[in-house]
Amino acid sequence: MNPVIISITDLQKIYHMGDVQVPALQGVSFEIRRGEFVAIMGPSGSGKSTLMNLIGCLDMPSAGRYQLDGVDVEQLSGDDLAAVRARKLGFVFQQYNLLPRQSALRNVEMPLIYRGMPATERRHRAGIALRIVGMGDRMDHRPNELSGGQQQRVAIARALVGSPSVILADEPTGALDSKTGIEIMRILQRLNREQGLTILVVTHEHDIAAFAQRILHISDGKLVRDEQLQSNLVA
Amino acid sequence: MATITSEIESSIAHTLPAGDFVLEPLTGADDNNVDLIAVVRVSIESLWAKKMRSFLTMLGVIIGVFSVVALLAVGSGASNAITSQVQSFGTNLVVIAPGSITNRSAGFSGPAQTMTLEDANAIAALNLPLKGVAPQFNGNTRIVAAAADKDAAFVGAAPSYQALNHLVLSSGSFFDDSQVRNAAPVMVLGANLAKELFGSGQAVGQIVRAKDQSLQVIGVLATQGGGGFGSVDDQAFVPITVAQQRLFGARTPDGNGYRVTAITLELVHGEDLPAIQQRIQILLRERHHLKADGSEDDFSVLSQTAFLSTLNSITALLTTFLAALAGISLFVGGVGIMNIMLVSVTERTREIGLRKAVGARERDILLQFIAEALVISLVGGLIGLVLGGAFALAITLSGALTASVSPGVALMAISVAMAFGLFFGIYPARQAARLNPIDALRYE
Ligand SMILES: Nc1ncnc2c1ncn2[C@@H]1O[C@H](COP(=O)(O)OP(=O)(O)OP(=O)(O)O)[C@@H](O)[C@H]1O
Ligand SMILES: [Mg+2]
Repeated sequence: MNPVIISITDLQKIYHMGDVQVPALQGVSFEIRRGEFVAIMGPSGSGKSTLMNLIGCLDMPSAGRYQLDGVDVEQLSGDDLAAVRARKLGFVFQQYNLLPRQSALRNVEMPLIYRGMPATERRHRAGIALRIVGMGDRMDHRPNELSGGQQQRVAIARALVGSPSVILADEPTGALDSKTGIEIMRILQRLNREQGLTILVVTHEHDIAAFAQRILHISDGKLVRDEQLQSNLVA
Repeated sequence: MATITSEIESSIAHTLPAGDFVLEPLTGADDNNVDLIAVVRVSIESLWAKKMRSFLTMLGVIIGVFSVVALLAVGSGASNAITSQVQSFGTNLVVIAPGSITNRSAGFSGPAQTMTLEDANAIAALNLPLKGVAPQFNGNTRIVAAAADKDAAFVGAAPSYQALNHLVLSSGSFFDDSQVRNAAPVMVLGANLAKELFGSGQAVGQIVRAKDQSLQVIGVLATQGGGGFGSVDDQAFVPITVAQQRLFGARTPDGNGYRVTAITLELVHGEDLPAIQQRIQILLRERHHLKADGSEDDFSVLSQTAFLSTLNSITALLTTFLAALAGISLFVGGVGIMNIMLVSVTERTREIGLRKAVGARERDILLQFIAEALVISLVGGLIGLVLGGAFALAITLSGALTASVSPGVALMAISVAMAFGLFFGIYPARQAARLNPIDALRYE
């Protein structure tokens, strides 16, 4: 069995809105091993995005413990968290979040700027990342010259470019039609199989979740079911 | 479902040949610094994306730097012009006038009539390193010629006065020592005065009357131009003895000598000034029976060096004051930078969130926005500098002044502009850097 890469113990998150406290996560525990492809499902407002943001080190838990690759994330300083985001994690957002004025290539090389990589090396890697997602012939296109599915592929290339251990995708197919959504899931599945990337995907759709090997069902801020899929969709 | 999947399968198989593209794992050190060139490029692109807005922001800096540079160039040009004009009167001249410095109303022809021809002779007798000692007695009266009359300032002088003041004759000659000794009734006219009295006709040889005396014109000066203390072109020159004895009655109260209104000295070496000034002060205090206990001098020693340094410090003060005023507009330009940067941070909140999500540190975002403020102030500063230089060139070409922008001023203006850019850019940049990544990403 592969080693544990994400270990979450009794994780809680309470949002404060003025005097009102919103308990978005109320004690969630699970482990994910290196190379797993996990889907997170649950009704709207159940805390899926909250969980993803905590795993992605974009936000801090109110209580509980989160270890990424053996490191206690709560202990890290701002700069160390940035380093973790740059090196261990890759994000894919529902709304792609590409920089509108820049080409696909420059969007993909952007994370490497913050690692001090020289421009030629950055472009070389970004080019490879774009080819991996099948966008090798659209490198100079700006986001508004690309379809939604193509934009999401560029976003995946951006998540890949720093060779992270984990890719986190919060409803990556939410803005796409089902055909394009499946196309995106195929790419993620390939990355999982061929490059051994650990992948977490939040989704509402069973078709999409079916690509994973395991589904975490969340409801009202709690993990209600941890489902291993016997035969997930095989490429 | 199955058909869709296999369809996509084939299209991906087409664009994604298995195994061909592999990203080598990155094992970078954890203290890697951001790529500065990329940061500056992003700043320039962000500014370029909002050209009009960036230009208007820059305009504040442009105007500020332009005013500072133009004012300093014109200021130093004017100060040089004044200095060289003053120096053109002769650099090593010293004038001793009756009356104290602190009581300037006494002036050249005021009531404190304490200096005599004997004082001038005594100074000459000291054998100081002087090219000449020229006493003079000045007065004003009306000149009556055949065709016209005119009120004129008379300078009663010795022949040495001509050389001392670099006076050039257009016709005739200046009076000589024997004419001074004999109080010969002769006069030399300034160029304007000659024209007003005789028109374009011949002045030399004509007889005019002043204070019931007949005076013969023996010379006319070439136009001297320039300013100074009363224009030479409007003056009449007579032997000092004529002024003292025939025209203005300058006998001392005791009746033994004649008063003078000024003594002009020309030093051989300008550096001798302090020593000579001190020596003359001692002599005159003694001759005027002023007590050693510190009663005030009843005369003043006016040197061009002292005058020049006063003048220079005044023009320098004025220029600095004007440049400081221009600096305020630079400050206002800085406030403009801050304003637009705050707007930009708000507009780009999602971008900041994204950059943080992919690994940008606080200092990387800080640097990004500081770079933007510095680009605005540097580019604005350079444009302002070029415009200021062009203005100075235009002034110079127009012939009014020689105005030039020194490298020091250029460097100072650009540094001050960038310092303001930095100062006003830091606050918005910190606002941006401190944004929580998830809040920034969610920002609408
Ligand atoms: N920034 C916030 N401030 C206050 N409450 C929040 C904030 N973010 C989320 N919440 C609340 O926390 C709960 C969980 O939200 P979350 O976004 O994690 O749900 P989700 O499962 O992702 O829902 P969806 O499927 O609609 O995206 C919700 O009740 C939501 O209103
Ligand atoms: Mg969500």
